[in-house]
Amino acid sequence: MNLDWMGWTWQTATFFAAIAATLLVMTVLAALRPETARPGMLGITTTRGDRLFLSLLSAAFIHLAWLGLVGDDLRPASAIAVLWAAILFRWA
Amino acid sequence: MQRPRNDRAWFLVLPVVGIVAFSALIPLMTVVNYSVQDTFGNNQFFWNGIGWYKELLDPTTDLGGRFFDALWRNLLFSFLALVIEVPLGIAVALAMPRSGWKVSATLVLMAMPLLIPWNVVGTIWQVFARPDIGMFGAAVNRLGVPYNYTQDPLSAWVTIVLMDVWHWTSLVALLAYAGLRSIPDAYYQAARIDGAKGFSIFRNIQLPKMKRVLLIAVLLRFMDSFMIYTEPFVVTGGGPGNSTTFISIDLVKTALGQFDLGKAAALSIVYNLIILAICWVFYTVMTRADARENG
Repeated sequence: MNLDWMGWTWQTATFFAAIAATLLVMTVLAALRPETARPGMLGITTTRGDRLFLSLLSAAFIHLAWLGLVGDDLRPASAIAVLWAAILFRWA
Repeated sequence: MQRPRNDRAWFLVLPVVGIVAFSALIPLMTVVNYSVQDTFGNNQFFWNGIGWYKELLDPTTDLGGRFFDALWRNLLFSFLALVIEVPLGIAVALAMPRSGWKVSATLVLMAMPLLIPWNVVGTIWQVFARPDIGMFGAAVNRLGVPYNYTQDPLSAWVTIVLMDVWHWTSLVALLAYAGLRSIPDAYYQAARIDGAKGFSIFRNIQLPKMKRVLLIAVLLRFMDSFMIYTEPFVVTGGGPGNSTTFISIDLVKTALGQFDLGKAAALSIVYNLIILAICWVFYTVMTRADARENG
């Protein structure tokens, strides 16, 4: 199969592989340990999947905001995003 | 605390995931790939990293300036559409007949604009609003109000907002009407016994009972108006100047007009993220309202 038209790079391939791996882990977890929706700090009940979705979506916005408001070096933004994801998974 | 659910039935939707992969996920991945590269065609790509995103988020650059201008236009347009269409739709629903043959007649009439394809709506209004031969445009000009949607930004905005109101108020009205019809007669009888009249019936019975359908109406109208493309493209082509260039129009210009696939891809991703975030907020608000109502 010729995938030239998709314009793959190793960076984006790694990114999508990581997302796919996360989804796979979440699927296995959901099958082995059925999840429980619980109310949290956002004032809504969230499941594990909801918290992952929120983490990924806010990670995107954290990076965009950092790029737009602070500067080119995105490593601090990634650190904030990971921290925020941890907070979401624990308390949301 | 709720009981853990067995979610294994979700495996049954795997075939759909396969289909969606081809129709949406693979194209989306391609867009992400394009957004970090530059290309001059011929499937030759050059790495650009976060370059396009940086340009897009910087209002002083050409791309960034256009993006932020178009974003404010989009938000203003959606705001106007909601502010006009939702109250108007409710008013129309309240005025619709409750029984007899008139119900069917009104429903058919109301559904008509919804059945017309977007580009046809655009063409209708393009002719209807023309200052020389269009019934609306010529009439307004004859009344002494200067109106020309090809030259005056305000006229162009009035035309596009009016067109959207004409096209989509019926949707809000039909949804609100469905909500009104679901109110049992007993509620009205109780209100009459209590001596409630006009506005307090509306405020205390009809509006709360319509809340759920109205949330759906707001969600649908917001998403549709935020993604608007065809009608302004047909009527004004984004002009005069850039005054009605919405993000979608700018996106098509960038991607297909200038063939700047990298810039267009970065713009698409950010546009998509904004829509995703707003959708999530609406969805959460709606499901919360549902949950509160049911238990």
